[in-house]
Amino acid sequence: MTDARLRWKTQLFTIIVVLSNALGNFALAWGMRGRSTVTVFDYLSTIFTPWVMIGIALLILWLLSRMALLSWADLSYVLPVTSLGYVASALIGRFFLNEQITSTRWIGTVLIVAGTILVGRGSPHGRGDL
Amino acid sequence: MRAWTLLSLIVGSTVAGDVLQSLEMKRHGEITEFHPRGIGRVLAALARKKFLILAIVFMAISFFAFMTLLESADLSFAVPASAATLVFETFLARFVLKERVDSWRWAGACLVACGVALLAR
Repeated sequence: MTDARLRWKTQLFTIIVVLSNALGNFALAWGMRGRSTVTVFDYLSTIFTPWVMIGIALLILWLLSRMALLSWADLSYVLPVTSLGYVASALIGRFFLNEQITSTRWIGTVLIVAGTILVGRGSPHGRGDL
Repeated sequence: MRAWTLLSLIVGSTVAGDVLQSLEMKRHGEITEFHPRGIGRVLAALARKKFLILAIVFMAISFFAFMTLLESADLSFAVPASAATLVFETFLARFVLKERVDSWRWAGACLVACGVALLAR
Protein backbone atom coordinates (compact mmCIF):
# COMPACT_ATOMS: atom_id res chain seq x y z
CA MET A 1 0.00 0.00 0.00
CA THR A 2 1.36 3.42 -0.92
CA ASP A 3 2.13 5.99 1.73
CA ALA A 4 -0.53 8.39 0.46
CA ARG A 5 -3.22 5.72 0.58
CA LEU A 6 -2.17 4.57 4.05
CA ARG A 7 -2.23 8.17 5.27
CA TRP A 8 -5.71 8.71 3.84
CA LYS A 9 -6.99 5.50 5.39
CA THR A 10 -5.44 6.42 8.76
CA GLN A 11 -7.04 9.87 8.71
CA LEU A 12 -10.46 8.44 7.82
CA PHE A 13 -10.33 5.88 10.64
CA THR A 14 -9.03 8.46 13.11
CA ILE A 15 -12.08 10.63 12.36
CA ILE A 16 -14.42 7.62 12.80
CA VAL A 17 -12.74 6.65 16.12
CA VAL A 18 -12.87 10.21 17.48
CA LEU A 19 -16.46 10.95 16.46
CA SER A 20 -17.94 7.58 17.45
CA ASN A 21 -16.32 7.88 20.89
CA ALA A 22 -17.43 11.46 21.56
CA LEU A 23 -20.96 11.02 20.15
CA GLY A 24 -21.34 7.60 21.82
CA ASN A 25 -20.43 9.00 25.24
CA PHE A 26 -22.73 11.96 24.64
CA ALA A 27 -25.68 9.69 23.71
CA LEU A 28 -25.04 7.52 26.80
CA ALA A 29 -24.81 10.53 29.11
CA TRP A 30 -27.96 12.01 27.53
CA GLY A 31 -29.89 8.75 27.89
CA MET A 32 -28.77 8.22 31.48
CA ARG A 33 -29.85 11.69 32.55
CA GLY A 34 -32.11 11.64 35.59
CA ARG A 35 -32.33 7.85 35.64
CA SER A 36 -31.47 5.91 38.73
CA THR A 37 -30.01 2.48 38.21
CA VAL A 38 -30.26 0.69 41.52
CA THR A 39 -31.49 -2.77 40.59
CA VAL A 40 -30.57 -5.05 37.68
CA PHE A 41 -34.04 -4.39 36.26
CA ASP A 42 -33.30 -0.63 36.24
CA TYR A 43 -30.14 -1.30 34.24
CA LEU A 44 -31.94 -3.51 31.72
CA SER A 45 -34.82 -1.10 31.19
CA THR A 46 -32.31 1.74 30.70
CA ILE A 47 -30.30 -0.18 28.11
CA PHE A 48 -33.34 -0.52 25.85
CA THR A 49 -34.09 3.20 25.66
CA PRO A 50 -33.30 4.78 22.26
CA TRP A 51 -30.48 7.13 23.35
CA VAL A 52 -28.66 4.48 25.35
CA MET A 53 -28.96 2.03 22.45
CA ILE A 54 -27.56 4.62 20.03
CA GLY A 55 -24.74 5.23 22.52
CA ILE A 56 -23.93 1.53 22.80
CA ALA A 57 -24.03 1.09 19.00
CA LEU A 58 -21.63 4.03 18.56
CA LEU A 59 -19.27 2.65 21.22
CA ILE A 60 -19.24 -0.74 19.44
CA LEU A 61 -18.34 1.13 16.23
CA TRP A 62 -15.62 2.92 18.26
CA LEU A 63 -14.17 -0.38 19.50
CA LEU A 64 -14.14 -1.99 16.02
CA SER A 65 -12.75 1.04 14.18
CA ARG A 66 -10.03 1.46 16.82
CA MET A 67 -9.10 -2.22 16.46
CA ALA A 68 -8.89 -1.77 12.68
CA LEU A 69 -6.70 1.33 13.11
CA LEU A 70 -4.39 -0.59 15.48
CA SER A 71 -3.97 -3.30 12.84
CA TRP A 72 -1.71 -0.98 10.83
CA ALA A 73 -0.93 1.98 13.11
CA ASP A 74 1.28 2.01 16.24
CA LEU A 75 -0.27 2.31 19.70
CA SER A 76 2.08 5.24 20.37
CA TYR A 77 0.53 6.92 17.29
CA VAL A 78 -3.13 6.00 17.85
CA LEU A 79 -3.29 7.14 21.50
CA PRO A 80 -2.30 10.80 21.12
CA VAL A 81 -4.11 11.22 17.81
CA THR A 82 -7.42 9.80 19.04
CA SER A 83 -7.19 12.02 22.13
CA LEU A 84 -8.92 14.56 19.89
CA GLY A 85 -12.00 12.78 21.27
CA TYR A 86 -11.56 14.75 24.51
CA VAL A 87 -11.67 17.95 22.50
CA ALA A 88 -14.75 16.76 20.60
CA SER A 89 -16.45 15.91 23.91
CA ALA A 90 -15.63 19.34 25.32
CA LEU A 91 -17.04 21.03 22.20
CA ILE A 92 -20.20 18.89 22.29
CA GLY A 93 -20.63 19.86 25.95
CA ARG A 94 -20.16 23.52 25.03
CA PHE A 95 -22.60 23.64 22.12
CA PHE A 96 -25.24 21.03 22.98
CA LEU A 97 -25.28 21.06 26.77
CA ASN A 98 -24.31 24.74 27.22
CA GLU A 99 -21.46 23.80 29.53
CA GLN A 100 -18.99 26.56 30.26
CA ILE A 101 -15.44 26.09 29.02
CA THR A 102 -12.99 27.88 31.30
CA SER A 103 -9.73 29.36 30.03
CA THR A 104 -7.84 26.46 31.67
CA ARG A 105 -9.89 24.02 29.62
CA TRP A 106 -9.25 25.99 26.42
CA ILE A 107 -5.50 25.79 27.13
CA GLY A 108 -5.91 22.03 27.64
CA THR A 109 -7.73 21.80 24.29
CA VAL A 110 -4.94 23.72 22.51
CA LEU A 111 -2.28 21.42 24.07
CA ILE A 112 -4.15 18.29 22.92
CA VAL A 113 -4.51 19.64 19.37
CA ALA A 114 -0.82 20.61 19.32
CA GLY A 115 0.21 17.15 20.56
CA THR A 116 -2.02 15.52 17.96
CA ILE A 117 -0.44 17.57 15.17
CA LEU A 118 3.09 16.69 16.37
CA VAL A 119 2.33 12.96 16.30
CA GLY A 120 -0.01 13.00 13.30
CA ARG A 121 2.53 14.58 10.95
CA GLY A 122 4.71 11.47 11.22
CA SER A 123 4.12 8.01 9.80
CA PRO A 124 1.43 5.90 11.53
CA HIS A 125 3.89 3.08 11.97
CA GLY A 126 7.54 3.40 12.85
CA ARG A 127 8.58 -0.07 11.76
CA GLY A 128 9.13 -1.02 8.18
CA ASP A 129 8.09 -4.64 8.67
CA LEU A 130 4.60 -4.05 10.01
CA MET B 1 -8.36 5.64 49.77
CA ARG B 2 -11.11 3.81 47.90
CA ALA B 3 -10.84 6.35 45.09
CA TRP B 4 -7.09 5.72 44.72
CA THR B 5 -7.65 1.96 44.63
CA LEU B 6 -10.24 2.40 41.88
CA LEU B 7 -7.95 4.78 40.03
CA SER B 8 -5.09 2.26 40.10
CA LEU B 9 -7.49 -0.40 38.85
CA ILE B 10 -8.61 1.89 35.98
CA VAL B 11 -5.05 2.79 34.96
CA GLY B 12 -3.81 -0.81 35.23
CA SER B 13 -6.66 -2.38 33.29
CA THR B 14 -6.72 0.33 30.59
CA VAL B 15 -2.98 -0.03 30.01
CA ALA B 16 -3.17 -3.83 29.94
CA GLY B 17 -6.22 -3.80 27.65
CA ASP B 18 -4.69 -1.37 25.14
CA VAL B 19 -1.29 -3.05 24.98
CA LEU B 20 -2.82 -6.52 24.49
CA GLN B 21 -5.22 -5.18 21.86
CA SER B 22 -2.42 -3.47 19.97
CA LEU B 23 -0.23 -6.59 20.18
CA GLU B 24 -2.92 -8.88 18.78
CA MET B 25 -3.90 -6.43 16.01
CA LYS B 26 -0.23 -6.07 14.98
CA ARG B 27 0.02 -9.85 14.78
CA HIS B 28 -3.14 -9.99 12.67
CA GLY B 29 -1.72 -7.44 10.24
CA GLU B 30 -3.34 -4.63 8.31
CA ILE B 31 -7.06 -5.00 7.73
CA THR B 32 -7.77 -4.29 4.08
CA GLU B 33 -11.26 -5.71 3.50
CA PHE B 34 -14.17 -3.51 4.51
CA HIS B 35 -17.13 -5.07 2.73
CA PRO B 36 -19.54 -6.92 5.06
CA ARG B 37 -18.26 -10.41 4.23
CA GLY B 38 -14.65 -9.33 4.75
CA ILE B 39 -15.48 -7.72 8.10
CA GLY B 40 -17.30 -10.89 9.16
CA ARG B 41 -14.23 -12.97 8.25
CA VAL B 42 -11.92 -10.68 10.23
CA LEU B 43 -14.24 -10.73 13.27
CA ALA B 44 -14.46 -14.53 13.15
CA ALA B 45 -10.66 -14.75 13.08
CA LEU B 46 -10.25 -12.20 15.88
CA ALA B 47 -12.83 -13.87 18.14
CA ARG B 48 -10.37 -16.74 18.56
CA LYS B 49 -7.43 -14.59 19.67
CA LYS B 50 -6.77 -15.09 23.39
CA PHE B 51 -5.05 -11.76 23.98
CA LEU B 52 -7.85 -9.87 22.28
CA ILE B 53 -10.50 -11.52 24.47
CA LEU B 54 -8.36 -10.72 27.51
CA ALA B 55 -8.00 -7.13 26.26
CA ILE B 56 -11.78 -6.74 26.07
CA VAL B 57 -12.14 -8.17 29.61
CA PHE B 58 -9.61 -5.54 30.83
CA MET B 59 -11.49 -2.79 28.99
CA ALA B 60 -14.74 -3.90 30.65
CA ILE B 61 -13.07 -3.86 34.10
CA SER B 62 -11.75 -0.38 33.37
CA PHE B 63 -15.19 0.82 32.22
CA PHE B 64 -17.06 -0.44 35.28
CA ALA B 65 -14.33 0.78 37.66
CA PHE B 66 -14.63 4.20 36.01
CA MET B 67 -18.42 4.18 36.48
CA THR B 68 -17.99 3.20 40.13
CA LEU B 69 -15.39 5.92 40.64
CA LEU B 70 -17.77 8.53 39.18
CA GLU B 71 -20.35 7.65 41.82
CA SER B 72 -18.08 8.94 44.56
CA ALA B 73 -15.48 11.16 42.87
CA ASP B 74 -15.61 14.18 40.60
CA LEU B 75 -14.92 13.98 36.89
CA SER B 76 -11.98 16.33 37.53
CA PHE B 77 -10.38 13.59 39.60
CA ALA B 78 -11.37 10.71 37.31
CA VAL B 79 -10.38 12.08 33.90
CA PRO B 80 -6.67 12.82 34.58
CA ALA B 81 -6.38 9.04 35.05
CA SER B 82 -6.51 8.77 31.27
CA ALA B 83 -3.63 11.24 31.05
CA ALA B 84 -1.56 8.90 33.21
CA THR B 85 -2.43 5.88 31.04
CA LEU B 86 -1.20 7.75 27.95
CA VAL B 87 2.30 8.16 29.38
CA PHE B 88 2.49 4.57 30.70
CA GLU B 89 1.25 3.18 27.39
CA THR B 90 3.77 5.14 25.36
CA PHE B 91 6.53 3.59 27.50
CA LEU B 92 5.10 0.10 27.02
CA ALA B 93 4.65 0.72 23.28
CA ARG B 94 8.37 1.47 23.11
CA PHE B 95 9.68 -1.33 25.33
CA VAL B 96 7.09 -4.14 25.05
CA LEU B 97 5.63 -3.63 21.58
CA LYS B 98 9.04 -2.44 20.29
CA GLU B 99 7.54 0.50 18.44
CA ARG B 100 9.91 3.16 17.20
CA VAL B 101 8.84 6.11 19.34
CA ASP B 102 10.70 9.15 18.00
CA SER B 103 11.06 12.45 19.83
CA TRP B 104 8.01 13.89 18.00
CA ARG B 105 5.84 11.13 19.45
CA TRP B 106 7.25 11.58 22.96
CA ALA B 107 6.66 15.33 22.76
CA GLY B 108 3.16 14.83 21.37
CA ALA B 109 2.21 12.28 24.05
CA CYS B 110 3.44 14.64 26.81
CA LEU B 111 1.53 17.62 25.36
CA VAL B 112 -1.67 15.55 25.07
CA ALA B 113 -1.27 14.21 28.64
CA CYS B 114 -0.86 17.77 29.99
CA GLY B 115 -3.83 18.89 27.90
CA VAL B 116 -6.10 16.11 29.21
CA ALA B 117 -5.08 16.94 32.79
CA LEU B 118 -5.98 20.62 32.20
CA LEU B 119 -9.24 19.75 30.45
CA ALA B 120 -10.41 17.96 33.56
CA ARG B 121 -10.13 21.08 35.71
